[in-house]
Amino acid sequence: MVEVQTELFSALAETRNENAGAIITAKEEGKKVIGHYCAYSPVELALATGAIAVPLCGNKKEPFLAADNDLPHNLCPVIRSSYDFAVTDTCPFFHASDMIIAETTCDGKKIMYEILQRIKPIHVMNLPQIPDLPMSITLWESEVRRLKTAIEKEMGIEITDEALRKAIHVTNEEARARKALFDLNRNKPALLSGKDLLVIVAQAGCSIDRMSGVALIERLTEEIKKRARQGYRVGNEKTPRILLTGTPLGENDDKLVSLVEEYGGLVVAMEICGGYKSLDVRIDETDRRDPIRLLAEKQVGIPCSVMSPNKKRIQLLERMIYDFDVDGVIDLTWHGCHTYNIESYWVADLVKNKLEKPFLHLATDFSDADRETLRVRIEAFLEMV
Amino acid sequence: MLTAGLDIGSRTIGLVEWDGERFLREDIMFTGIDPVVNSQQLMNGHTYDRIVATGYGRHLATKRNLADEVITEIKAYALGAHHLYPDVRTVLDIGGQDSKVILVKQGGGVAGFEMNDRCAAGTGRFLENMALALGLGIKELGEHAMISAGKTVRLSSMCTVFAESEVVSLIGRGEDSHRVALGIHQAIVDRVSAMVRRVGQQPRFVFAGGVAYNPCMRQLLAKELGIPLTVPENPQTVGALGAALYAGQRIN
Repeated sequence: MVEVQTELFSALAETRNENAGAIITAKEEGKKVIGHYCAYSPVELALATGAIAVPLCGNKKEPFLAADNDLPHNLCPVIRSSYDFAVTDTCPFFHASDMIIAETTCDGKKIMYEILQRIKPIHVMNLPQIPDLPMSITLWESEVRRLKTAIEKEMGIEITDEALRKAIHVTNEEARARKALFDLNRNKPALLSGKDLLVIVAQAGCSIDRMSGVALIERLTEEIKKRARQGYRVGNEKTPRILLTGTPLGENDDKLVSLVEEYGGLVVAMEICGGYKSLDVRIDETDRRDPIRLLAEKQVGIPCSVMSPNKKRIQLLERMIYDFDVDGVIDLTWHGCHTYNIESYWVADLVKNKLEKPFLHLATDFSDADRETLRVRIEAFLEMV
Repeated sequence: MLTAGLDIGSRTIGLVEWDGERFLREDIMFTGIDPVVNSQQLMNGHTYDRIVATGYGRHLATKRNLADEVITEIKAYALGAHHLYPDVRTVLDIGGQDSKVILVKQGGGVAGFEMNDRCAAGTGRFLENMALALGLGIKELGEHAMISAGKTVRLSSMCTVFAESEVVSLIGRGEDSHRVALGIHQAIVDRVSAMVRRVGQQPRFVFAGGVAYNPCMRQLLAKELGIPLTVPENPQTVGALGAALYAGQRIN
């Protein structure tokens, strides 16, 4: 079994909990909070007003009793649990939010937001889904502008280009620092376990003070590098290196990762939201064009399966499989997520046919009911690697 | 050398003994509620140089010191089928609780696999329940269906629970029970064939697991897939056989 050094990650793992308290204090001091659900939200606009931008909760164990009153049971668990958190008022960040940004990311989410609007106003952005069309960028640019106006009205502040460029610098720094941390696992043997990666993924965008969050990630990276020089490793030369791709994972979704690591494999990289998925799409800070346009271009480039065709995901995966020296790929789909489920066809085509590496597509949810059937698949997959 | 392969499945436990050259004994019994006691009964006090467990109860077997090591049933079926038929490329195993298609490499390793979803649709358990709904024994169901000579009633659901009430209502409507039985088989064949096509099928195609005893399933599957099927003499013990062989490899 792979040794997991979560002690290193305890400070990072506490970020979200600490900030749940800090956000209340900040609000008392007159700070505004803008919540969001998805990587497509241009949080830079919120940051440019001095508001706190925070990802809202969307990950808990079944059952989602409150959500089940209003939503179909066979809907994706990310949507059901996001709704459940909101209606039961158990997400402190949803509770604290003065404004919420959401997108028409997928069919399930957009209608869920309609119903959620009965509780709190939500600014829903019309996300285009054919990323390569010029009109998609034009549409998204106008949506980013509409959001800018909405935020300015809510905050009573005008967002200047200068403030926006500063905010872009902050999110760029975050992406740079997080990428450097994830890239430690290009080492063989690896330096981060899959459980470590889950902590990093779950804390994405959670720091109230964004630059102190960047500093925390950088300290962690340096500490691991220092330990690596003294011989710190996770697994060994022979440990099968697995790449996990697909639907978003939270800290509580350790079912797959723990099964992989229980049987001697190691999840070395994650092409998921909060993982490596959006780290490549960064704005060139020397580009002096309208920052709204730059934001729009950046976000339409995020390779989520709602985009069609989503060639950028397949390109990113191919690069990651090479960079992280991956032995096999697991493609995760939450039940009810049609886009990731169907797109698995292209992921399989890349991994099995083009790269001729072991591939496993798993469809599951946030419950433990199928743990044993997943166990057989994961064990047999690792026997193949 | 004497090794044993123990396949603790959801419905049956299989035991195969291997002395490095020949299989000495193959036995099967129901899993029941105490697979450990039943496995011990199968072993009947014999001692082995190495025991490898597979199937749903494989980890239980090592936890209770019944076995030295585990492999998944996927690897076990590939190894077992490859020993019996060295030119095997595809193995279909329809067991009590799940069904799987395994692509086998030239040396007997696993090149890829696909398993059914988490429920009992398309498995032996499904056939058992449908036989019960028709008032038949599991061994009679296949023959019963073949009497209808190709005339079938389509079932609309593959869910074991829904299909059972569908079968009951078809019989209540006066449908011929032979045709209903054929419809039951066809439903599984449709589902399993889709899974086979997803993985890709190559000859030699070995059909194993308890459901391979069913003549109607064999006939319909061969027709649907357009490929001759090889059914081992004891299709239910292929997994235990693979585990016993693996135990032998580990000693050498």
